[in-house]
This record gives sequence, structure tokens and C-alpha cells, in this order.
Amino acid sequence: MIEWRWEFTWEILPRLLEGTLYTLLAAGIGYLIALVVGLVFALLQRTPSRVLSRVVREIVEFIRSTPLVLQIFFVFYVGPQFGVSLSPWTSGMIAIGLHYAAYLSEVYRAALDGVPKGQWEACTALNLSPRQTYRDIVLPQALPIALPGMGNYLVGIFKDTPMLSVIGVAELMHTATAIGSNSYRYLEPYTIVGLIFLLISLPTAFGLRRLEAWVRLRLGMTRQG
Amino acid sequence: MTYFEFLGEYGPRFLSGALLTALLTLLASMLAIAVAFCMGLMRLSTFGPVRWIAIVYIEFFRGTSLLVQLYWIYFVLPLFGLTLDNFTAGVLGVGLNLGAYGAELVRGGIQSVPRGQWEASLALNMSPAKRMWRIIFPQALVNMLPPWGTLLIELLKGTALVALISVADLMFEARQINGSTYLSAEAFGTALVIYYVFARFIISPFMRWLEGVMARKVGRA
Repeated sequence: MIEWRWEFTWEILPRLLEGTLYTLLAAGIGYLIALVVGLVFALLQRTPSRVLSRVVREIVEFIRSTPLVLQIFFVFYVGPQFGVSLSPWTSGMIAIGLHYAAYLSEVYRAALDGVPKGQWEACTALNLSPRQTYRDIVLPQALPIALPGMGNYLVGIFKDTPMLSVIGVAELMHTATAIGSNSYRYLEPYTIVGLIFLLISLPTAFGLRRLEAWVRLRLGMTRQG
Repeated sequence: MTYFEFLGEYGPRFLSGALLTALLTLLASMLAIAVAFCMGLMRLSTFGPVRWIAIVYIEFFRGTSLLVQLYWIYFVLPLFGLTLDNFTAGVLGVGLNLGAYGAELVRGGIQSVPRGQWEASLALNMSPAKRMWRIIFPQALVNMLPPWGTLLIELLKGTALVALISVADLMFEARQINGSTYLSAEAFGTALVIYYVFARFIISPFMRWLEGVMARKVGRA
């Protein structure tokens, strides 16, 4: 049986909190990439070109059904083989951003499909431009459908950032492992990492649910949407 | 070295890694299903303490990362006198984590059974156990099967993390081969394709088949 050492805890806490900042940064950048690229994936699947939408569909399926950690290794190691060296941060952001872009594109797709067909037809009948159609009619209705999924993946990307430690991105998990292998004490660093994840992800998930409710209310929707 | 020579030389290692990944997936999904049904039903209990145990379990495992949980099980549990070999730790970590997500699917599935079904079985004077087993459960199962298909693919992907505690699965072999040959595109690319084949051509068709069978059983085909 081993006991918890408080003085060791206070000693390593500042380093772990610094690691937390990098974790949040990685999750934030990754999510921004995913939001934009996901939209591109979703819109490419709505183009009239059958071939293009089919190809994009397969790419999305492939990314979604293979492990993120393997994709991180792939992006990091394949570049140098062909003479392009990417830093751990760059390759990590590309891998995690693309992975979640595939997930978010499915969220967008379901949300756009969730807007009733009559709404699109009415826009055509009223001679609205595509811009007006999307901005004034479709997006306000698609947003409440997309929000829960978008929120889940925001928390998801945050919880997947520890995988970036495998290529040496100095985020929270990497810091904890470094502390562990230096001091031979794993109890405190790994337990604190778990607690930090809980303390961030639970309130975030709660806040996102509140946000969804608020958006529905603002757009004048009932609970059923 | 052409790709075929590469496959000829390292194919057997990819194969043994893939078999271990399949075994991990199978064992971890059995554990995850057991945990999910147990915790999902407890989550719906009207008895407070039982419900709270399930809520704490679900929120705890969904609130932290699988990788953090794996490392904790593998590196910290031995300090409390519970030493697990890496394979057991891997199955345990993946199964317990995905089981928490599964518990929410079980809860959603049971809650999706229309109220009238509960009332009708009450009117027919069924015992709570019989009502759950004969009426509610089969219908809930049909409703929750499609998301379970997605979850099992997540589980397959989760098993790749077990390589980080040195279980010689597909991911582990890919890293080893990459380390000794520097043929990264071939090593990691082959592993990616094998994972994709597992997900798309084994798990997905199996789940679709199961959905069909279950739908027929409750007369919804």
C-alpha cells in the first residue's frame, strides 16, 4: 500500500496546470480546424457531382473507422519519409483536426438533412438567393439540431488530446508521464490528471446543455425542436 | 523494397497483431456489454443509492480519457497491490470505459419504449421482472442496436491505445515495424487499412444482420 504525498502534489501541480493550458490550446485549435474542414466535408457531399460526393463520403468513413492514435503516428512519420518534416504540434493538430472534421461533417449533414424539404422548396418558390436561403431560413433551423453533436465532440476532442503525447506534444498527459518516469511516482500525477479532466469536462458538458436550451428558447422552439 | 516484398516479410506480424486486436475487441466488448446493461439498469432504479452509484460510474468514466484510465489501471493500481498484466489491464480499461457509454445507450433504449407498453403489462398483472424481460427489454434492444454498432467501432478504435502499455496488438506491431524499417507509410498505412476492414466489413455488416434478426423477432421486419 502506498500513501498519497501532499508535498509532492504541491510540487508538481504548477507543471501539471501548465500542461493543462497546452491541452486546452490543443483542443481549441483542433476544434477550430475540425469546425471548418468538417463544413467543407459536409458541403462537398452535397455537390451535384456523384463522384466527388462518393469519394468524400468514403474518406469520411475511413477517418471515422480507424483509430486516432494511429492517424497521429501516420501524419507524424509519413511526412519525413517523403522529405516533409512536420513538428509534433503541427502533425498533431492536422491529425486530430481531420479526425474530428469527419465526425462534425456527419453532424452538419444530419442537421441540414433535418431541415424539412418544404422549407427549401418554399425558399425556391419565394425566389430567395442561396445566400438568403442558408442565412435566414436553413441555418437557424439546422443549428439547434447540430448543437448537441457539436458540443459532444468539443468535449470529445478535449478528452482525446492525451493521445498527442505519443508523438511528444507537451500537453498534460505528456507532463504527467515525464514526472512519473523521473520520480518513479505515478499515483499523484496520473490521479491529478484524471481529476483535472473531470473538473473540466463535466462542467463543460453541463454548460453546453444549458447553451442548447438557451438557443432553442431564443429561436422560439419547443423542447422537441 | 516493393510493397509486396514488404507484405511478404511483415505480413505474418500484421496478422498476429490483427488477431490480438480482434481478441481484445471481442473480450472488451463482452465486458462493455455486461457493464452497460448493469449500469444502465441501475441508472433507472427508483432506489436512490443504486441510481447514484451508476451516475457516478458513468460520469466518471465518460468524463476522463480512456488513455488516462488505462495508464491509471496499469501504473497506479499495482501501487495498491493489484498488479494486472498488460493484456488484462487493456481489456479492463477499454471495457469499463466503453461500458459507461453503453450504459447511456441502454438507458435511452429502455426509456424509448412507449409508456403504453409499461401500462399494458401492469394491467396484465405481470411481475416487474417478467415485464422487463418479456415486454420492455426486447423492444428496447431493437431500438438501441444501431447506436451500439457505432459504439463497437469506437471500442475497436479504443483497443489501439492498449499498444501504449505494450500489448502486441496491430497498432503495436505497426509501430515496431516502422521503428525497424522506417517505411512509415507502408507500416501505418497497412494497419489503418486493416482497422478499416474490421470496422466496415466485419463489425458493421454483423450489426446490420443482428438488427434484422432482432427486428424480425419482435415482429417489426
